[in-house]
Amino acid sequence: MRFIRDVWTVTRKDLLIETRTREIVLTTMFFALACVMVFAFGFVREGRPVQDAAAGILWIAIAFSGTLALGRAFERERQGETLRALLLAPIDRPALYLGKLLGILILLAAVELLVVPMVALMFQAPLFDYPLLMLGLLAAGTVGFAAVGTLFAAMLVRARSRDVMLPVLLYPLTVPVIIAGVRGTAALLQPEADQPMARMWLAMLLFFDVVFVTISLWTFEPVMTD
Amino acid sequence: MPVDFTALRLTDVSRTFGRRRALNKVSLTAQAGTITALLGHNGAGKSTLLSIAATLIQPTSGTVRYGDLDADRGGAALRARIGMLGHDLYLYAELTAAENLRFFAKVYNLDGVERRVDAGLERAGLTARRDDIVSGFSRGMRQRLALERALIHEPRLLLLDEPFTGLDEAAREALRARLRSAREAGAIVILTTHDTAAIEHLTDAAVTLVDGRLAA
Repeated sequence: MRFIRDVWTVTRKDLLIETRTREIVLTTMFFALACVMVFAFGFVREGRPVQDAAAGILWIAIAFSGTLALGRAFERERQGETLRALLLAPIDRPALYLGKLLGILILLAAVELLVVPMVALMFQAPLFDYPLLMLGLLAAGTVGFAAVGTLFAAMLVRARSRDVMLPVLLYPLTVPVIIAGVRGTAALLQPEADQPMARMWLAMLLFFDVVFVTISLWTFEPVMTD
Repeated sequence: MPVDFTALRLTDVSRTFGRRRALNKVSLTAQAGTITALLGHNGAGKSTLLSIAATLIQPTSGTVRYGDLDADRGGAALRARIGMLGHDLYLYAELTAAENLRFFAKVYNLDGVERRVDAGLERAGLTARRDDIVSGFSRGMRQRLALERALIHEPRLLLLDEPFTGLDEAAREALRARLRSAREAGAIVILTTHDTAAIEHLTDAAVTLVDGRLAA
């Protein structure tokens, strides 16, 4: 019970700051929309999008904007050295990790609420034909990406070159998540949607989620100890 | 399981960062109800020593004991008895004064959160500014709030890194009074400073660090 309360206390604090500044949500939304727009100009010819482009662009927009959100969420903890205060507090390190992760997931969910309809519109992609499967792919993919990202963003918070290092470390490790998300989404966007294939990729994403969250919970304490 | 201790004992503590030795076999004991000053130039190792005492970094060698406990065995229960005020004040600039204290009261799992928040704001002289965002505060106001943040859980060990920096004389006197009351409440207070005038008639002991070593 204490653990859940601690997770929520950290998440609530992050959301309170974000509702006040709207800094992360506005910048990531703008960035994701700009990303989709640029790709739309490149991949839509005479009103017809390149096949499977929508799936790739959706996940690229999520990954890029997610990286932006991750960096900024931990930059805030660095500015007043509040991360040190959190590490000094008698709060379980996994609760701190999950609190930060949950905050980032909520912010990315807000971004996806805007980006998914935008991709559906710009690329004439039937992203809402199988809403539950699509929701599952988005949720599982975002959790996998953010789980690794939260760990690395926390690790790099005191590194001088953190802005460069975060994507360099994060993208190679999350490539399987991005690929599974893209292939699962693409399977749903076929003229004849391949639901069994989408389910297979969803199962793969859930597997990645379990692995990444478990490893992150396990390693968060040692990596945060100087 | 709550823990308590009445002495902090560092024995032959060393810490290296890469090839640089920040601390070299430092031994120090501080008892409950005392204020100890750590003096020394920039880079002498004062902040590193405080961070080790706060369990935020581990010594490369040597032991740190909190009564009968060491940092590894103490864990979260030990951290619950430590308060720290860093040179950066560990406050969220985007939150109000009351929200900052409330947040830390919650992460310390304290009872009577609102009572503690009200009392902390009153001691900091910020009751009238309780709902103002911290980024609009002066350095002195932030310092007072940060001190109450560090003291909100009534820590046994209070570590302060350059607490007098940027304060006017009235704020310095208020800080000295707050430190005396923490000492009377039985806290082990260790502070670093360059400003020996600020700690005159305040500290019970003073040690000087020179290049990571205790000066004789």
